[in-house]
Amino acid sequence: MTINPRLYPLLTTIGIFIVGYFLCYLQFPNILSTRVVGNLLTDNAYLGIVAVGMTIVILSGGIDLSVGSVIAFSGVFIAVMLRDTDLPAPLIIVMLLVITSAFGAAMGWLIHALAMPAFIVTLAGMFLARGAAYMLTIDSIAITDPFFAAIQNAYWLMPGRGRLTLIGVLMVVVVLAGALLAHRTRFGASVFALGGGEQTARLMGVNVGRTTVLIYAFSGLMAGLSGVVFSVYTGSGYPLATVGTELTAIAAVVIGGTILTGGAGYVIGTLFGVLTMGLIQTYLVFDGSLSSWWTKIVIGMLLLLFILLQKGLLRLTAFGAARA
Amino acid sequence: MLLSITSLSKSFVGTKALQGVDFELAAGEVHALLGENGAGKSTLIKCMTGAYKRDAGEIRLDGVSIDPSSTAEAQALGIGTVYQEVNLLPNLTVAQNLTFGREPRRFGFVDARAQRTQARAMLEPYGLDIDVDRDLGAYSVAIRQIIAIARAVALSGKVLILDEPTASLDAAEVRMLFTIVRKLRAEGLGIIFVSHFLDQVFAICDRVTVLRNGRKIVTEKTADLDRVRLISHMLGRDLEEAAHEHRKHTEAGDDQRGPLLTFEAIGRAGMIEPFDLAVGKGEVIGLAGLLGSGRTESAELLFGVRTSDSGSASDQHGRIAHGSPREAIAAGFGFAPEDRKVDGIIAELSVRENIILALQAKRGWMSKISRQEQDALAERYIGRLDIRTSSADKPIGELSGGNQQKVVLARWLAMNPRFLILDEPTRGIDVGAHAEIVRLIQEITKTGMAVLVISSELEELVAVCDRVIVVRDRRHVTELAGADISTDAIVRAIAQPEAA
Amino acid sequence: MRRSLQRITPQLLTLAALVALVTLFFPNFISISYDGTRFVGPIVDVLKRSAPVALLAVGMTLVIATRGIDLSVGTVMAIAGAVAAYAITSGFGLPATLALALLAGLAAGLWNGCLVALIGIQPIVATLILMTAGRGIAQLITEGRILTFSNNDFAFIGSGTVYGIPFPTILWLATAILVAALMRRTALGLLIEATGINRAASALAGVNATVILIAVYMASGFCAALAGIVATADIRGADANNAGLWLELDAILAVVIGGNSLLGGRFSIAGAMIGALIIQTINTGIVLAGFPSEYNLVIKAGLVLVILVMQSPNLSADWFYLKTLISEQRTARAERKEAS
Repeated sequence: MTINPRLYPLLTTIGIFIVGYFLCYLQFPNILSTRVVGNLLTDNAYLGIVAVGMTIVILSGGIDLSVGSVIAFSGVFIAVMLRDTDLPAPLIIVMLLVITSAFGAAMGWLIHALAMPAFIVTLAGMFLARGAAYMLTIDSIAITDPFFAAIQNAYWLMPGRGRLTLIGVLMVVVVLAGALLAHRTRFGASVFALGGGEQTARLMGVNVGRTTVLIYAFSGLMAGLSGVVFSVYTGSGYPLATVGTELTAIAAVVIGGTILTGGAGYVIGTLFGVLTMGLIQTYLVFDGSLSSWWTKIVIGMLLLLFILLQKGLLRLTAFGAARA
Repeated sequence: MLLSITSLSKSFVGTKALQGVDFELAAGEVHALLGENGAGKSTLIKCMTGAYKRDAGEIRLDGVSIDPSSTAEAQALGIGTVYQEVNLLPNLTVAQNLTFGREPRRFGFVDARAQRTQARAMLEPYGLDIDVDRDLGAYSVAIRQIIAIARAVALSGKVLILDEPTASLDAAEVRMLFTIVRKLRAEGLGIIFVSHFLDQVFAICDRVTVLRNGRKIVTEKTADLDRVRLISHMLGRDLEEAAHEHRKHTEAGDDQRGPLLTFEAIGRAGMIEPFDLAVGKGEVIGLAGLLGSGRTESAELLFGVRTSDSGSASDQHGRIAHGSPREAIAAGFGFAPEDRKVDGIIAELSVRENIILALQAKRGWMSKISRQEQDALAERYIGRLDIRTSSADKPIGELSGGNQQKVVLARWLAMNPRFLILDEPTRGIDVGAHAEIVRLIQEITKTGMAVLVISSELEELVAVCDRVIVVRDRRHVTELAGADISTDAIVRAIAQPEAA
Repeated sequence: MRRSLQRITPQLLTLAALVALVTLFFPNFISISYDGTRFVGPIVDVLKRSAPVALLAVGMTLVIATRGIDLSVGTVMAIAGAVAAYAITSGFGLPATLALALLAGLAAGLWNGCLVALIGIQPIVATLILMTAGRGIAQLITEGRILTFSNNDFAFIGSGTVYGIPFPTILWLATAILVAALMRRTALGLLIEATGINRAASALAGVNATVILIAVYMASGFCAALAGIVATADIRGADANNAGLWLELDAILAVVIGGNSLLGGRFSIAGAMIGALIIQTINTGIVLAGFPSEYNLVIKAGLVLVILVMQSPNLSADWFYLKTLISEQRTARAERKEAS
């Protein structure tokens, strides 16, 4: 059986992760322990969740620069609301998710209504969300709510004393839900159609305006959820947190095999993109002698590799179609 | 009648794209819609498919007046379209494309297995057994075309519009497509077939409607038509009409005559077969042929827009390089492309800057053309070509089409090239400007400049050319010279190479 | 000259209004005094602090004019700063140090330019690679430390004064004027605009669009290196982590505030410079006027929104209508005046 070429980038991503993991294992056998695996999931949970939203945005041919700021805003919002009001934590979380989704929807509406690049609209969103976080507080506020403490300490002890935390599991669940949304719904088909070309998408009957609003609303929702997870993970809300996370998320999406121009990719790939980036960091921690900046350089190289790979693949398939 | 259109009109700013067009389509009929660029074919189709809102007239489908406001609505009513650039998404799988918008679902999620089955079932009548899980982009244009037809038929099922479906298919693929078209016709579909390949029109179509300049010229049974009559309908020439004014070949002095450039075996696979071309000083050479015959491709190879697979160019001093526009310009060539808006003008720059751009590029960025010289050049050409603009500093995008064309001409005249290639220099410009450009071509060759004109307007070619080369099916087939040049002869050569 | 002045009038008015507004809350804002060696005062401070963003905006203006964008400039600042600090601490002389840092910037620009012009990667994606990896490279050079130095000649670039005017101010003004002159005195400006508006048509007219594209990214890299040198000299150390962090966004903002369209074409370096001043006036003004600096980002977001509405192709038809309406009224009024 031949492999469907549309799977090449995804298989490359998974291949790189497995080979990378194996190489790490050869040097540090411990890296295969459930403890490391559990931490890999926990440490990257917030990134994985926000990257799912980013995957949908990028699949549609857009970009969302606001997510890092929205995560910070979410943390601050939760911390401030818990400190200053008597509202129960779950209600605050729901309120937050509504706010961030509406925020994303507003950006999506602007992108469509003004016909301006998503880049610059979400740049405004980035400033606005970070500014809103600053206006709530400029300090780091600890979260002491028992509900949050409970989530923080919710884990399943795997054989080998590794901790499979709730937020780690949540990330995996979100990835699966995102994959269902992208690959198994009409909305997902519309997202791919938009990424393939707005004009053609319209010809095929896609409601471009509505889809654009929903895409950015979803990204906002994911950023909000990621903010909840991040505040659980750090136990605090801090307006200066997660600066630049949008770029890390974009990098994860691209390393996950999604084409930055949109229209092709897999949400599952993004999970492996996130895990690959986490693996690099884990390796550096194990090694101890290598410095942290290698993370950035390796990620940059992987980015380049995938962008060139996609460029080449695009040419190859165009060539193949011409010859067929 | 399945579909009947009466006195349909549609105008855009400045142009009347369609004026009182009537059109009828019966069930079980293949009806060709023919016309050169700008004749109004695509406007008519877009009015039918809801992409444009018509200004006046009526469209009746099955006797009911319809007014679709979107492609989706037209589809739902029963009018499906397959465009030249296939209107499907290459980044989705075949199955996704076929079922897009109507995906089978289970528990709210797309049921991939049912989707696959459904897609296969949709392709089955067409004898297409392919892997529906592959990206559409992985398949050849012919297969994509069939997939698009399958989708359009399944979605609409009454009227199928095929807009240039065979433009990039080879002979075997065209046969495969025609088998399908015949089958659909037998099933009672009304099919509108837009094409510039006349062989195919005669092979598959029951009736033909010709549009020209936004008006319907004629609707006739294909069986009652011959190629020559059809082409004269399309190009607007009555063969009985008397001979036309010929170029006065004696105008240029003898010292301005003589060989200028020789091109040998210029060609590129898939674009145009290798051809030779000798260009004389002060000579006007015409390239005639229908759209898609290889006219523009010939010009692009000469100017280095695409590189030739083989061949060489030389002048009296020896070989010259023309592998890129910059090299061609250095060799003294100029090229005013067919699509003025996309390849010609720099819309937001002023008339003055558009005129001096090529000259500036040639001189290099360091030797800026002084403002005085710019103004002088602009003033000279605005005067000489009678460019109507309130100021030389007006953005060229705000000028009318004819004046934009004159600015592009001015850009090249300012370079004083020895060989100027004009691709459809008079398309889409008004009658007055048209005559001026024809006069101008006559004038500039007096200095020894050679001009290659590509045009669908045969009258124009007859009026200005010393020689006319006829291009057909990506081949230079015939050359007419001097007194042999007539619209009649050109039409015959385009229609039947043997007879010419 | 009058036309280019006319073009940046809205920006000038905005800046004037901002200065007036800040002065209202903090009357000393416009006071300048001379303390014997240098001019001091909030305005002087604004002029000095806007140097990095202004320098970045010079190069960014050219890149945006070609319908591109350069996300890597902040990172290139860090690289150039790291190279400069490394060179000066390793005993290279000042000229060699500066040359090395500028070369690093040019090399970064060449890299970006080749990815965009030769390989055909979209600018935002192409420059993202260097944006991500570059900071790692800068840290590699400084080995993760803040690389400090004590060379006074080098420090002068960041904190020295000439005739009492801060050297960074002179540097960014001179760069802007030189580049603007280079663009308008030679044909570069025209060729860049033509390439940005219609690359295909420009290439057919013989413009070497590929070289132009590579050149603008190199210019952007060069300007980023200058900014990196200033930032490094100012704090007498190269901080690979934080030098130029997020300044690419401020630079892009400055360029668009300056009336340059993100869709390429006509550009104004003067406009971008005023854009940079507007950003710095907001930064400084908010603090001086006693507002919490948290408002800064919200104001920036508001600014971007205003620009978005102004530049929106969907609304441009409405703007055009409004403009003709006003000019018609004006002529009508003039005619009435003449008649009476």
